[in-house]
Amino acid sequence: MSGGLFKEVGFRIAGDQGLLVEYGDAIDLEVNYKVRAMAIVLGDDPPAGILEIIPTYRSLLILYDPAVAAPKDLKEALISLEERLPGIRIPPPKTVEIPVCYGGEFGPDIEFVAESHGLSVADVVRLHSEPEYPIYMIGFTPGFPFLGGLSETLHTPRLGTPRTLVPEGSVGIANNQTGMYPVASPGGWQLIGRTPIKLFAPERPNPFLYQAGDRIKFKPISPEEYSRLAREEE
Amino acid sequence: MDAFSVLTPGAFTTVQDRGRYGFQQMGIPVSGVLDAFAFRAANMLVGNPETSAVLEITVMGPRLEILNKADVAITGAEMGMTLNDQPMEGWKSISANSGDILDIHQVKSGCRAYLAVSGGIDVPVVLGSRSTYVGGKLGGYLGRPLKAGDVIQSVEAKPLSATRKFPSDLIPKHPPEILIRAIPGPQDDFFQDGLETLFQSDFMVSAKADRMGYRLQGPNIKLREGMPKSIISEPTMPGGVQIPADEQPIILLVEQTVGGYTKIVTVISTDLPKVAQATPGDTIRFEKVTLETAHSLYRERQKLLRDLEERLFHQ
Repeated sequence: MSGGLFKEVGFRIAGDQGLLVEYGDAIDLEVNYKVRAMAIVLGDDPPAGILEIIPTYRSLLILYDPAVAAPKDLKEALISLEERLPGIRIPPPKTVEIPVCYGGEFGPDIEFVAESHGLSVADVVRLHSEPEYPIYMIGFTPGFPFLGGLSETLHTPRLGTPRTLVPEGSVGIANNQTGMYPVASPGGWQLIGRTPIKLFAPERPNPFLYQAGDRIKFKPISPEEYSRLAREEE
Repeated sequence: MDAFSVLTPGAFTTVQDRGRYGFQQMGIPVSGVLDAFAFRAANMLVGNPETSAVLEITVMGPRLEILNKADVAITGAEMGMTLNDQPMEGWKSISANSGDILDIHQVKSGCRAYLAVSGGIDVPVVLGSRSTYVGGKLGGYLGRPLKAGDVIQSVEAKPLSATRKFPSDLIPKHPPEILIRAIPGPQDDFFQDGLETLFQSDFMVSAKADRMGYRLQGPNIKLREGMPKSIISEPTMPGGVQIPADEQPIILLVEQTVGGYTKIVTVISTDLPKVAQATPGDTIRFEKVTLETAHSLYRERQKLLRDLEERLFHQ
């Protein structure tokens, strides 16, 4: 991906209650930083009539109540808020370690991934668990992280036919992306392992373990360790 | 207090309120009622604030036993309904007594009905809302559609002093041919002839129509020459009309937070209830409106609802 920050912010109309704000046209850490920083500045002191601010890779969606807020005023507010960006501090990223049992019943596609790149299963585990992956955004299902930085050696296309049910905690690869399924859902990613940790637990005071901007580090564990941690989570 | 017990649950009956705002950046969709007008009307008819939770009933309704005296109203789709085997009217408050059997049958026109009970349905508030998000097993009644044997609670409330009836001229009809107003964008610049095709063709609602979205069938909507087939994933809006790789439009609804396909137009919020009441086989046509028009329609609708609330209160 080439590109980077736009010189000037771009606005798009998303219906009568949504304003889409774009800061770049690439999956890029600098662009994503600006999106998250703007979400924080806006959230700290939101203009009247804002219902929700949703940051993603390179854009923000602002949901507003048209009885209170006008898009023209929102645009002006956004542009003037940019001046405050240099002064704001966004939370320093934390690194969240996620234990993963690779292969076997938990990672039914790991051998396919290994074979398609002429690697051993141990190579796949090593290459996948080495990096710290930045979380660009969360979406699709509760807590589903979109991670950057997967080793090029591991890029693997999606399954030809998606699974109707991917078990909760599954860790997978799709093209240049890696991620995990916090709740069971249909999905077409190549599954290479599973975590016993509850990634999304609405009954916890904080249902999530991470947010956009944090980093994920996968730690290989044995099936025994998986069982032990799974019992602890219950 | 116990409001009713579920004797049979119907096809897909869930607890919903206005929706869960503030957590889309964590992947939690807004959920909530699809037909906000019928929802608001149901709550007004039993004297509830617009924040109260109701049952959203899809296509085939439940059979319920009333456990405590309460005012009940059903709005939205036209369903066959009986109270103790006597025909019952929609869009009107009914005083139900303990032991009464409320039976909601097959839909006659429309798709979704809303059942409000005085005080509002009481389930735990999860992340700020009582709405059910079935995909995330979250909110509502145990995060799932109702089942036989469930006992649903409601907040205690004073009974109405008189029956409330919705003005019959304001009850929406649900014809099989639907005109839906939409604003171009957010990615209208990715299309040229595609916009014309969208605004000048009939589209049929396919069988794949649920709270995530309505897949339509019609002429292919072509991207402009040389435009990328997908975009970097971005937030989606209820009403966004997404054009996926097969070039058949999908009207996105309330159980989706992000997507990587272009949205050619966005249905205006005032017309989303029409989408909610469309069923497979219905025909949809899109009409182009400006943002300014959509905003004045929104304000008119809000004023109408406020005036109605006032009128019903004095009935």
